[in-house]
Amino acid sequence: MESADVDSKAMVLLMGLRRCGKSSICKVVFHNMQPLDTLYLESTSNPSMEHFSTLIDLAVMELPGQLNYFEPSYDSERLFRSVGALVYVIDSQDEYMNAITNLAMIIEYAHKVNPSINIEVLIHKVDGLSEDFKVDAQRDIMQRTGEELLELGLDGVQVSFYLTSIFDHSIYEAFSRIVQKLIPELTYLENMLDNLIQHSKIDKVFLFDINSKIYVSTDSNPVDIQTYEVCAEFVDLTIDLYDLYKNTLDSKGTNDQEQGNVRELKNVSELGNGVLIYLRQMIRGLALVALIRPNGADVESCLTIADYNVDIFKKGLEGVWANSRLKPQEQPNQQIE
Amino acid sequence: MSATQNNNRKKLLLMGRSGSGKSSMRSIIFSNYSAFDTRRLGATIDVEHSHLRFLGNMTLNLWDCGGQDVFMENYFTKQKDHIFQMVQVLIHVFDVESTEVMKDIEIFMRSLKLLKKYSPQAKIFVLLHKMDLVQLDKREELFKIMMDKLQETSAEYGFPDLVGFPTSIWDESLYRAWSQIVCSLIPNMSIHQSNLVKFKNIVDAYEIILFEKTTFLVICSTETPGEGTQIEPATVSTTPTPSGTNTNVTANRGKPSRDPKRFEKISNIMKNYKQSCTKLKSGFKTLVLNDSIYVSDLTDNMVCFIVLRDSEQPQQLVLDNISKVRGAFQ
Repeated sequence: MESADVDSKAMVLLMGLRRCGKSSICKVVFHNMQPLDTLYLESTSNPSMEHFSTLIDLAVMELPGQLNYFEPSYDSERLFRSVGALVYVIDSQDEYMNAITNLAMIIEYAHKVNPSINIEVLIHKVDGLSEDFKVDAQRDIMQRTGEELLELGLDGVQVSFYLTSIFDHSIYEAFSRIVQKLIPELTYLENMLDNLIQHSKIDKVFLFDINSKIYVSTDSNPVDIQTYEVCAEFVDLTIDLYDLYKNTLDSKGTNDQEQGNVRELKNVSELGNGVLIYLRQMIRGLALVALIRPNGADVESCLTIADYNVDIFKKGLEGVWANSRLKPQEQPNQQIE
Repeated sequence: MSATQNNNRKKLLLMGRSGSGKSSMRSIIFSNYSAFDTRRLGATIDVEHSHLRFLGNMTLNLWDCGGQDVFMENYFTKQKDHIFQMVQVLIHVFDVESTEVMKDIEIFMRSLKLLKKYSPQAKIFVLLHKMDLVQLDKREELFKIMMDKLQETSAEYGFPDLVGFPTSIWDESLYRAWSQIVCSLIPNMSIHQSNLVKFKNIVDAYEIILFEKTTFLVICSTETPGEGTQIEPATVSTTPTPSGTNTNVTANRGKPSRDPKRFEKISNIMKNYKQSCTKLKSGFKTLVLNDSIYVSDLTDNMVCFIVLRDSEQPQQLVLDNISKVRGAFQ
């Protein structure tokens, strides 16, 4: 948090009481750690940072849970100012009254310092709860948080809630939503994707960050978590298979090199019911994954049209990125002042 | 050939002491469980039978024998002729974490003894299971010690060529073991193998691998004939356990290196993918990656995995070629 380059990045701050699962979230989302291995993580003692670049550069900072940030020794004011989103993790399997009080305190402080901060609450570890209990816990936590904030005179503050678990895709889904709020170009992207699906028989399209499987953007149709899971797994599959034969594919690819460096990844899979899953690598570690339903039309021509349209989309994306490089400097500043 | 026709039903005994992970294996390989799901499995009561159609005309009768001492005693006394008759394959599972190793071996000996009497033709496989619980650098040593001991015991009972595998449900070693076990039952393996090599030359592929469709176990591949199709105890038992030294191996070869564990990894990857396809209420049909890796159904029960040398080949041509060779593999 000391270095200057942090200020140029949109920052996500991950907070919560001790043992609520913050480090596990970071490891699973950004380091591809197996969820079960996170059982053996040590307690975090120092703030740690993850950097990742999608369309904008992002930093995720994780704070140790057992520290009190309102001790004057911490430069908490400066910290909260530079942050775009505050993610608070509540352990749903534990007694959460303390966590809610703690959350309200943090919100009060953060809101005073930086009114434009996005406040996100992850109701975490819901994998151990039954379906009914999940809904109950969410309602209970939302209501109590509301009451706490009302007491503090902060009833206008927007707080978003997510039910998450590292054992399924809900944590990726939640992080995707959070990151999307920080990308100023999101509306353009969404429009571009909407245009894309209208003209290529595409059912649903995601723009993924390849490393973290967070989606930066999707079209405006509602997101079905199952579709998301399939698409995310498809990204995994593509990379895994490609890695297995990377040497052979690249060594013979010497004559492909004229287009620049490495060939972009492309993967098309057809399912039994005719649905096509289509992946194309875009710029900056992004991949476009689309679900195409030819509905009886010729598969071959469907793909050709998709290819053509995706090429155009990619050009557009390059354009958006070229402009967005100038913006991040202004964007965080706007949030600060 | 007529003999094999009658022998289409294969009886596999899956034995081992209680808690060694027998039912978990069966669920992962044949019932699409994920490794995580297997914690929900309870103890197996007595013998659980499953009938699995494999490659169309072959039926695997898998006898998953509950391993608690009460049941075990029963198998060796009252039910012995029922259990040990007409056995094609015995798969004995050892838990590497077990505290009573001598007792484990004793039970293995007892089943060998009965097997010798009732079905002397049976093939014996041992799996040293739960290898993930052993430290990486200790795995190889432990496996060797255990195999030496077991080899000795089984030779005593007239089964000299014992094959063993280190396995774990948390990595691809389980697929390796089961592929080889199941492949040992396929009668016309050499025909498949030669067809596959011809096919490889026709499409000018770098490599072709043939998988069984439902389980995604490797049937055969175009790698230097022999390897990966038939079991070679020497190479298999010295193969280092999970992910240990495979970087060294690939580095040594110099030529475009192939990951020696790629079959299992592909099995694993494709199986996961098949699973995720069910979320879209559909099955997997084809996949084309970078115009050079093709995965496609070959017959009703086989899937072929083709890696081309040349990614410039028109896609339609490759797919046509695949449909043309279908007949040869029926």
